[in-house]
Amino acid sequence: MTNESMEKPINMTCIICPMGCALEVTKKNGVFDVKGNTCPRGVKYAEKELTNPTRTLTCAILVEGGKIRMVPAKSSVEIPRDLQKECMEVVKRSKVSAPVKTGDVLIKNILDTGADIIACIDC
Amino acid sequence: MEKLYDVIVIGGGPAGLAAAISAVENGAKNTLILERDARLGGILLQCIHNGFGLHYFGEELTGPEYAARFSNKVEEMGIEYKVNTMVLSVEDGEMKTVSAINSIDGLMNLKTKSVVISTGCRERTRGALVIPGTRPAGIFTAGSAQRFVNIDGYLPGKKVVILGSGDIGLIMARRMTLEGAEVKMVCEVMDFSAGLQRNITQCLDNFNIPLHLSTTVVKIHGKDRVTGVTIAKVDDHRKPIQGTEKYVECDTLLLSVGLIPENEIANAAHISMDPVTKGPYVNQMMETNVPGIFACGNSVHVHDLVDFVTQSSTIAGKYAALYAQNADSVKEEKQIAIMPGNRVRYTVPQHISVPFDDKTDIMFRVTDSYKNVTIKVYDGSKVLASKRKMVVRPGEMQTIELKTPVSEITGPVTVSCEMEGDSID
Repeated sequence: MTNESMEKPINMTCIICPMGCALEVTKKNGVFDVKGNTCPRGVKYAEKELTNPTRTLTCAILVEGGKIRMVPAKSSVEIPRDLQKECMEVVKRSKVSAPVKTGDVLIKNILDTGADIIACIDC
Repeated sequence: MEKLYDVIVIGGGPAGLAAAISAVENGAKNTLILERDARLGGILLQCIHNGFGLHYFGEELTGPEYAARFSNKVEEMGIEYKVNTMVLSVEDGEMKTVSAINSIDGLMNLKTKSVVISTGCRERTRGALVIPGTRPAGIFTAGSAQRFVNIDGYLPGKKVVILGSGDIGLIMARRMTLEGAEVKMVCEVMDFSAGLQRNITQCLDNFNIPLHLSTTVVKIHGKDRVTGVTIAKVDDHRKPIQGTEKYVECDTLLLSVGLIPENEIANAAHISMDPVTKGPYVNQMMETNVPGIFACGNSVHVHDLVDFVTQSSTIAGKYAALYAQNADSVKEEKQIAIMPGNRVRYTVPQHISVPFDDKTDIMFRVTDSYKNVTIKVYDGSKVLASKRKMVVRPGEMQTIELKTPVSEITGPVTVSCEMEGDSID
């Protein structure tokens, strides 16, 4: 047995759905062995979380000239988990002008992550 | 001539919107939604995080997106609604009277054949907790802080302690952190969190925010503004343990300590209330004990997922429409009680009305966390439905479908959560 195959199991919670399965992940010969998941999405999540964790960023952006002050928005695709705070610095400095339509790009390619920040509602 | 409505829906949140749409789809002619806020959508409008709709739509939506699916449909269907309108009372009679007020129409006494109460729930406040100390600014419920940040665009504080680890508190810990506040800790009086495990991971652990279990706030400090709180460990009876007190400097205390169905209007209309759910007793049609008055969503019992609110509200809207078209068509001949059995705290509905043969989904909560259980629905001693569950928790609403035709049930019906080794009496 190689050292790698004896790595200690990592305990984590799957965040894909409200079930929140308790996962036990072991890396054997470079392959992740996932236990505790109740659906295949758990395996995918565990692998991703341990190699390249990402999240959808949700936020609210100041709107000028609209009926409401803040437009709820989200990232068009997931961004790296550890860039959430840095991305929020950009969001906090941003302002958009009404009218805004659902799906409009409010911030293009935020911090070169490849994700746009898009509007969740019309306003 | 005075306008007569078929269905008036009180509250334009997810429950009210689903009920109104369903009422119209089931033949209601004049349907009206009354909403006290400036927009339709209810509390979902301030829940800008994602995770909604996985059950109902099979995709992950943010709160405002979930709400828009329904408010857009209300617009498309041309369903009448009034926002900025406060309902004052509902009175029963040959026709029901809904009194409501706004700054355009003034006081209105609206006549309707049936009513759907979808007034949602409210957060428990500091007053309900009785925390000693001064009364400075800077103490908010998690939900009101959420509104300040997400709707009004103001950050209500910079150094934050959160008391209570319900989901709204966890979501707000992440949200305040991302907006630049320092969230020092989340304190939970119980020895476990009532929030979803995934929220503890993605809202606390990922941002290194500590969760202190069996810990509570015993004193609030500050004259004009909160300057700090004293926290302490609690014993098995949730009593603070002397000598464990610790001062934590902060300018804001958020409370996420539970939700209670809002039923001022229902109480005043003499609708019978379940002391456990704190919402009206309802049958499988979501009808209260007052014929023609239906209730749904969080005003009946607090749900953990909006998807289930949509489902039960669709039922309420359908039967409100059928009642309006022909009250006799939903007249109950007999009631069969549904009782909470072993390890079950409550059920919704609390009874089945005969002779209505619609499929009944029984929603319930268990009293504690259990592993490897079998949920069984009994008619007397006969098992009508059964399913196995690996884990059940009090924080997670359970559902079991009752497929047996109502005509074949004699009652009373009992829902129990059984474990190996239970004695059979």
